[in-house]
Amino acid sequence: MNPILQVKNINKYFDGAVPFHALKDISFSVNQGEMVSIMGKSGCGKSTLLYILSTMDTQYTGELYIQNQLITGQTPDFLAHIRNQHIGFVFQFHYLLPEFTVLDNVMLPALKLGVKSKEEIEGNALKHLEMLGIKDQALKLSTMISGGQKQRVAIARALINEPTLIMGDEPTGNLDTKNSLLVFDIFKELSQEKKLSLLIVTHDEDFANKCDRKIIMEDGKVIRD
Amino acid sequence: MGFNLIIKIAIKHLFTRVKQSAVAALGVTFGIAAYIILMSFMTGLNSLLDGMILDRTPHVQVYNESKISAIQPINQWEHDKEVMHVIHSVQPQQNVMGIQNATNILQYLQSRKEVIGITKQVAVNGYFITGAIQLPALINGVDIIKENDLYNLGDYVVEGNFKHLAEMDNAIIVGVGVAEKMGKKIGDVIIVNNIKGVQFPLKIVALYQSGMAELDNRQAYTSVQTAQVIAGLGNSYFTNINVQLTDMLLAPQFAQDIAQIFDVSAMDIQTANAQFDAGSSVRNLISYAVSFTLLLVAGFGIYNILNMMIYEKMNDIAILKAIGFSGGDVKWIFVSQALIIGIFGGLLGLTLGYGVSVLIAHTPFEVDSFPNIKTYPVNFNPDFYILGIIFALIATFLAGYLPAKKAEKIDPVDIIRGQ
Repeated sequence: MNPILQVKNINKYFDGAVPFHALKDISFSVNQGEMVSIMGKSGCGKSTLLYILSTMDTQYTGELYIQNQLITGQTPDFLAHIRNQHIGFVFQFHYLLPEFTVLDNVMLPALKLGVKSKEEIEGNALKHLEMLGIKDQALKLSTMISGGQKQRVAIARALINEPTLIMGDEPTGNLDTKNSLLVFDIFKELSQEKKLSLLIVTHDEDFANKCDRKIIMEDGKVIRD
Repeated sequence: MGFNLIIKIAIKHLFTRVKQSAVAALGVTFGIAAYIILMSFMTGLNSLLDGMILDRTPHVQVYNESKISAIQPINQWEHDKEVMHVIHSVQPQQNVMGIQNATNILQYLQSRKEVIGITKQVAVNGYFITGAIQLPALINGVDIIKENDLYNLGDYVVEGNFKHLAEMDNAIIVGVGVAEKMGKKIGDVIIVNNIKGVQFPLKIVALYQSGMAELDNRQAYTSVQTAQVIAGLGNSYFTNINVQLTDMLLAPQFAQDIAQIFDVSAMDIQTANAQFDAGSSVRNLISYAVSFTLLLVAGFGIYNILNMMIYEKMNDIAILKAIGFSGGDVKWIFVSQALIIGIFGGLLGLTLGYGVSVLIAHTPFEVDSFPNIKTYPVNFNPDFYILGIIFALIATFLAGYLPAKKAEKIDPVDIIRGQ
C-alpha cells in the first residue's frame, strides 16, 4: 500500500514552569484510502498530534512525511502551500468565514491555489455542495445556515482542492446523531470511492468503531493501533 | 490572481465593518483636508505678504548715502604710517544728496543684458501746507507709467487716475493719510513747501494707500521734472535708480558690481528684505508642523482600528492560515485594508480640502492694508494635493503595517485550540 502520511518518533514538549512531555515517541503511517480514527481521553495529546500532522504546529522533534516528502523543517510558506493543496480540514466548530457566502467559503482555498479558472472553481464548488445536499444554500451567508449544514460546507471546502488527506478534529463533536451519521457516511464514501485518506480525532465511540482503523492514545502515547 | 483574492478579502472585511472603516477613513479625510486647507491658505497669505513687499522692492536700488569718507585727508599724507594721529568728531562732508555721475550709471545699466527695467526717482523732503497746518512731506518724483509696469504702483491707487501724473504738469498723488488730515480731495490744489521755503501749488489727481500708515501720512508722488524743480536742482539730478533684473537671484552680485564700479551705494532685494524672508519661512514651517501632527493623529486612529479589527478577526486569520494562506498573505490582507482606507480617506480629504479652500477664496476679506484684495488669498497649488495623497498613503501604510505584522505572526493552533 501507498503511505500518504508517515510519522516517525514524534515528541512534543510544552514549555512552562514544569515542561510537559505531551507526545512521547509517536510513530505510525496512514495508507491511501484508509479511514483512521484517533481516540483517547481529553488531554491525552490527540489534538496536539493532529495539529502537528496538519503542519500548523512546527514545534516538535521527529519526522513527518506527507506523500513521502519530508515536511519537518520546511519554510512556513511551503507548509501553507501543502495545507492548501494536499490537506483538507474539518474542525469541530466548522470555522467558516462569516462575511462570505457558503459558495465563497468553499471556493476560497481553490482561489488561493490559483490553478483553475474562477468559473471552473465555481462549478466544482457547486458540484461538491450538490453531492453534500446543500447546493440550495450556496448563496446564503455562512452564518445563516444550521450547524449540520455548516459542517457539510466545511467538508466541501476541505474537498475543493482534491486533497489526498482529510483531517478532522472532532468533526461530529457538536452535531446531533442524524447529522453525525450523515457526516460519517460522506467520509466513508470519500475514502472508498475517491481513495482519500482520512484521519479523524473523535470522542464518538460509534464513529470510531466504524472506521477502518482505530488508534487509541493515552498520556501522549499510542497504546493501541 | 493571488493579489485579487487578497484585495477581495480585504474589501469584504472592510464592508462588514462599515462604521469602523468609515471612522478610520474620516480620520485620514480630516487630516488631509486640514493639511490642504492650511497649506493653501497659509501659502496664499504668505505670497500676498511677499507680493506686498517684493512687488514694491526693486531688485537693486542705487543711491548715494551720506557717510564719513573712509580715507580722510590725513591718511593721504606720505608719513601717515609713521605717526599716530587722533581726530575727534569726524563729520560727513557736505555734498549733494543725488547720485553723482547718474548719466554714466544709466548708460552702463542699459548695456547690461540682465537688466529688464530701470526707473529713476527724485526724492525730496518738504512740507504740505494748508492754512496753519504743516505736515512733513516725502515727495517722490517718478515716471509713473514705468513704475506701474515694474512695481504695480497703480494697485495701491485707491481713488482717481494715476496716469494723469504723466499727462499733466504740476500734478501730485498723495497718501490717503495726507488727504484726510488736510481735508483735500481729488481735484484740489495742495501747497508743497520745499526746505528752502519756496511754495509750489500742485493738483491732486489720485489718492494712494500702501497699507502702511507711516507712509500714507507722508508719501506723495509727482513727476520727475516737478520733483527736480521742487528740489531746485537740474534735470540730471536723481536720488535713486532702481533696477529690475531678469532673475531676482542675480541681484546681490549685480549690486556689488555697481557699487564697485561707480562708488555709490547699491542694495539688493535680499538684503532689503532679510527679516521678511525669515518670517515667511517660519510661517511655512509652522504650517508643515501642524499638518504633520494632524496626519500623525489620523495615523494613530488607523493603527487603533486595525489593531481592534485583528483581534476581532483572530478566528478568520486562523482559518485562512489553516486552509493554506501564508502569513504574508494575511499580512497583505490587513495592509491592503489600511491602504484602501488611506486611498478613500485621502481622496475624500483632497475633495473636502479643495471645497473648503474654494469657500475661503470666496470669503470677503477687505482691509485697508490690501486695497486690491477683496477675498481671502488661497493658493491652489497642485503640489499640495499630490503631496497630500502621498502623505495619506504613507501614513496609512505605516499604521496598517504594524498590526498586519502581528496578524502575520498569529499561530492558528493557539486560536483553534482555544475554542
